[in-house]
Amino acid sequence: VENVRLLDRLSSRKAVLGTLYLTATHVIFVENGSETRKETWVLHSQISSVEKQATTANGCPLLIRCKNFQVIQLVIPQERDCHDVYISLIRLTRPVKYEELYCFSFNPKLDKEERQQGWKLVDLTEEYNRMGVPNNYWQICDVNRDYGVCDSYPTEVYVPKSATAHIIVGSSKFRSRRRFPALSYYCKGNNASICRSSQPLSGFSARCLEDEQMLQAIRKANPGSDFIYVVDTRPKLNAMANRAAGKGYENEDNYSNIKFQFIGIENIHVMRNSLQKMLEVCELKSPSMSDFLWGLENSGWLKHIKAIMDAGIFIAKAVAEEGVSVLVHCSDGWDRTAQVCSVASLLLDPYYRTMKGFMVLIEKDWVSFGHKFNHRYGNLDGDPKEISPVIDQFIECVWQLMEQFPCAFEFNERFLIHIQHHIYSCQFGNFLCNSQKERQELKIQERTYSLWAQLWKNRADYLNPLYRSDHSQTQGTLHPQIAPCNFLYKFWSGMYNRFEKGLHPRQSVTDYLMAVKEETQQLEEELEVLEERLANLQKSQLGDNKVKSKQRDRSKQLGLSTSNNSLANTPQEYSNDLKSFPSRSPSQGDEEDSALILTQDNLKSSDPDLSANSDQESGVEDLSCRSPSGGGCLPSEDSGKDSDEAVFLAG
Amino acid sequence: MEFAELIKTPRADNVVLHRPFHAAVEGTLCLTGHHLIFSSRSRDNAEELWLLHCNIDSSEKRFVGSLGTITIKCKDLRIIQLDIPGMEECLNVASSIEALSTLDSVTLMYPFFYRPMFELVEDGWCSFLPDKEFEQLSSVTDEWRLSCINRDFSVCPSYPAVVVVPKSINDEELRRVAMFRQGSRFPVLSYYHRKNGMVMMRSSQPLTGTNGRRCKEDEKLINATLRPGKRGFIIDTRSLNVAQQARAKGGGFEQEVHYPQWRRIHKGIERFNILQESLIKLVEACNDQSHNMDRWLSKLEASNWMTHVKEILTTACLAAQCIDREGASVLVHGSEGTDSTLQVTSLAQIILDPRCRTIRGFESLVVREWLQAGHPFQQRCAQSAYSNSKQKWEAPVFLLFLDCVWQILRQFPCSFEFNEQFLIMLFEHAYASQFGTFLGNNENERAKLKLPQKTMSLWSWVNRTEEMNRFKNPIYEANSLVIWPAVAPQSLQLWAGVFLRWNRPSKYLDEAQEEMVRIIKYNKELQDKVKVLRRHLAELEEDEGMREN
Repeated sequence: VENVRLLDRLSSRKAVLGTLYLTATHVIFVENGSETRKETWVLHSQISSVEKQATTANGCPLLIRCKNFQVIQLVIPQERDCHDVYISLIRLTRPVKYEELYCFSFNPKLDKEERQQGWKLVDLTEEYNRMGVPNNYWQICDVNRDYGVCDSYPTEVYVPKSATAHIIVGSSKFRSRRRFPALSYYCKGNNASICRSSQPLSGFSARCLEDEQMLQAIRKANPGSDFIYVVDTRPKLNAMANRAAGKGYENEDNYSNIKFQFIGIENIHVMRNSLQKMLEVCELKSPSMSDFLWGLENSGWLKHIKAIMDAGIFIAKAVAEEGVSVLVHCSDGWDRTAQVCSVASLLLDPYYRTMKGFMVLIEKDWVSFGHKFNHRYGNLDGDPKEISPVIDQFIECVWQLMEQFPCAFEFNERFLIHIQHHIYSCQFGNFLCNSQKERQELKIQERTYSLWAQLWKNRADYLNPLYRSDHSQTQGTLHPQIAPCNFLYKFWSGMYNRFEKGLHPRQSVTDYLMAVKEETQQLEEELEVLEERLANLQKSQLGDNKVKSKQRDRSKQLGLSTSNNSLANTPQEYSNDLKSFPSRSPSQGDEEDSALILTQDNLKSSDPDLSANSDQESGVEDLSCRSPSGGGCLPSEDSGKDSDEAVFLAG
Repeated sequence: MEFAELIKTPRADNVVLHRPFHAAVEGTLCLTGHHLIFSSRSRDNAEELWLLHCNIDSSEKRFVGSLGTITIKCKDLRIIQLDIPGMEECLNVASSIEALSTLDSVTLMYPFFYRPMFELVEDGWCSFLPDKEFEQLSSVTDEWRLSCINRDFSVCPSYPAVVVVPKSINDEELRRVAMFRQGSRFPVLSYYHRKNGMVMMRSSQPLTGTNGRRCKEDEKLINATLRPGKRGFIIDTRSLNVAQQARAKGGGFEQEVHYPQWRRIHKGIERFNILQESLIKLVEACNDQSHNMDRWLSKLEASNWMTHVKEILTTACLAAQCIDREGASVLVHGSEGTDSTLQVTSLAQIILDPRCRTIRGFESLVVREWLQAGHPFQQRCAQSAYSNSKQKWEAPVFLLFLDCVWQILRQFPCSFEFNEQFLIMLFEHAYASQFGTFLGNNENERAKLKLPQKTMSLWSWVNRTEEMNRFKNPIYEANSLVIWPAVAPQSLQLWAGVFLRWNRPSKYLDEAQEEMVRIIKYNKELQDKVKVLRRHLAELEEDEGMREN
């Protein structure tokens, strides 16, 4: 469709004219602008909603909201075209078969070998070995070898050695969807462990001997402690309501030596609504500070984030400081349980704060234990009530921790944002389906590529320059502040307003420091070469001076490379931006070029969001954000001859 | 008066000091004329806490049996608690603190007694003299002159002795303009934008009153700054409503008919007790011990502090934009022209002028746009967030300015030569200091108090290499561009370094800062090493070459 206008969210004056293309996998908008032909690519799988709004004199507006928090507003001149686009998008964004998803057609030009290598990057057996299991207390159980006991669990599950197959099967029958207690994290230092399961089918009075034995076995696997915590991550009221349906929670009287604890994390529906409310705040055109803070509070989002963190902190403390094992569950044990277990693991074990370790953590607590990626993130057309930002919340918890512990994580914010992006993109096979079983049946590993390999390949982009493996912050357990600390939780504009570059800091400390570190490394290398040459020269002065000419060549090359590098080191490329700025109309021009786009180049490198990477540090800011109380533009010479009030007061 | 009279108990033993995130320590409390000193000699480490009495914002005493507890709340927002055994002892200490922290004579303040322990390299009182600053200006334009009309502070008591005005206006005309502006604060040059020759002026409101008085000289003065055929902008830091109401009291604003070449823009920046209330509420929210997230956010919102930050920054950006983008001259004023006006003019300069983002440049800005411009520091900073006095003239105007600077610094972390600590230091010294810099309300008062002769300047201390190193931003790279901050709510953050400073453990953040410094330092070391080696090699090779020949 031609002559489509792409509107700027903040200023109607900034619309650009272009052509809209629909392909099998992407929506593409190409600007008419002669020099740049700026392109905006959006994957169909990223689109969460398409809204056709009332036709105006200018045409028919179409609002596209994406799961990575991008919002695109288009105006299509012909109502009929708009309708066609709308209908096509509705169909294209709601695939019914996995095979329609992008990962089955996406080809990063790797051969079979490389693809296999990619999938092997994260190996859970290796991970459990790293934790120290199997050992005297824990072993792999083979009851679920062909998903015979629980179809949402992996085939290899670690259980206490004293738990026989009989106990496991018996316990599984007493648990929602047969998700019996299994090992999530084992603490080598003190034998304490984190186990996970679903809720027991206790109703008002039912009990199950095998389940009680199972918990007993978990306690015995930690000889240093005479009880275990059972943490129900639901609000007490929700758990009690479940009893009426024959489900519920453990009765302390029936289980010997447990301490039972509720931690009120709300369910997926509450979380979905909360995010919705927060995004509405993010989308406000020019909110006042009060609008924003009030909306943020009203959404409850940060409160929920804190609840998840608090649960993780509680568990990490029980394991690290008290040396007590913990069994965690919610209802089905695949949402809140996954959040809480992974936050606790992250706090406990520095390995999970490395890039590789973080991949392993997601693979362990989310992918393998049957977090329902397909349902939660709406990859296939399904029940909208199943959709909920469960893993988004976990990712935000990690970001909040990164803000409090700037040196503790090997990766940076960009890493988190790209993972979030790909959880929804369906470009890689990692997060397809609802369980390991389904993925196996689809032969995901043979037909798609692994995200982890892709991220690993580009790991230089994701490094946190402040991370040093021998730094004290990278050792041992993290202890976030738990006393009144609401103020430590901040709105993450880098995620939820990530496509509005104008809102973010214009210079990135991370990028600057990475450039410095890179230069440092080259200096180290040069230093070595120089020292070597010096030594040679001194030797040669004693006699042999044949090698000299060769070395001179080398020195020339080196000199060149370092000077290039020091250029790359100065973080001020935005002078170009300023030059191209039309001097008289601040509200029209400039804008960070890469703000909204996923360019084709980036797609080729199969990383659709390197725009975040090439951070254009524009010195110029969109005026309309700056003067929200008015029209966002200075009155032009002729517009305001007489009126006493300037346009700025309009608001 | 002898301080000894006020000190009822100079010393108390077995006192226990409580501070957030520190274990309680037992030690001895001493009171001197200007300091509260607590020293402990516990097994592990001897520790001393020195607190200026004038830093104490409020103190409360409480008794449980014979154990007295004094809670001291400081102007830098810290709260400490002292447990003092013995009721009489405690009462004596409490009343001494009360008396010493509320001295009302300026000349009894510590700066008049302070004897520096460091070697004086540069006298800060002479670091930023107006004539020297004017020399820089006259190298780029000859349209301005220094006027000594206010030599003895008789024309405008809150202006400095020398001001910069358009060359085409003589002193007689200035005198008449002064009569037309509140507090005689006639328009003077605040900033000259070298890029396009546009200027920013500041003044107080014109005294138009209800019958629309005018003043030809005033019109002539501000028109003198316009290029032929160009228009200018008057930024009134009050809402139109407030400005209109001001007419009833003899104030007002520039009427279109009399100033046809100027467009007036009104921006509502709050002042006085509204700001003080806001600070009190904010600090109360930050000190709230509840675990309830909703309560925190709603208290933060209700304090309106962030709203003030946003409004001030927005107005400053607007002024900067008029100058840089619209190529127009700007006049900024509110009512008195001593508060919101200065916030706007100084922030606009930080946005526009890279020199203001260096340490010396920023110091010079504070001297020019705040101290010499007559911001009444002594009144505004008499009390801070824990005060109960609620005087109309107390207001965290300067703190808000520093907060706005921090917001820009956060958005452009590589463009400032100084770091956050530098801003926090200025905040502390504006409220309580051993230096005389922030005493008095204007140059006139400072001259009368003979501050330059009798006290030490803050700049004398800060500008020594040792101190300077603490305030340097390790990742600074001079940036010659105009920097436009974002002012959307999502882009602004609570200044944790000031408001949460005593409520959160800072260890991990400090470590991050250290790590950053380490990375940069190592890089510099390597660069130096490589340079030396390269030179060395070149020399050797040259020798070699000569020998060969």
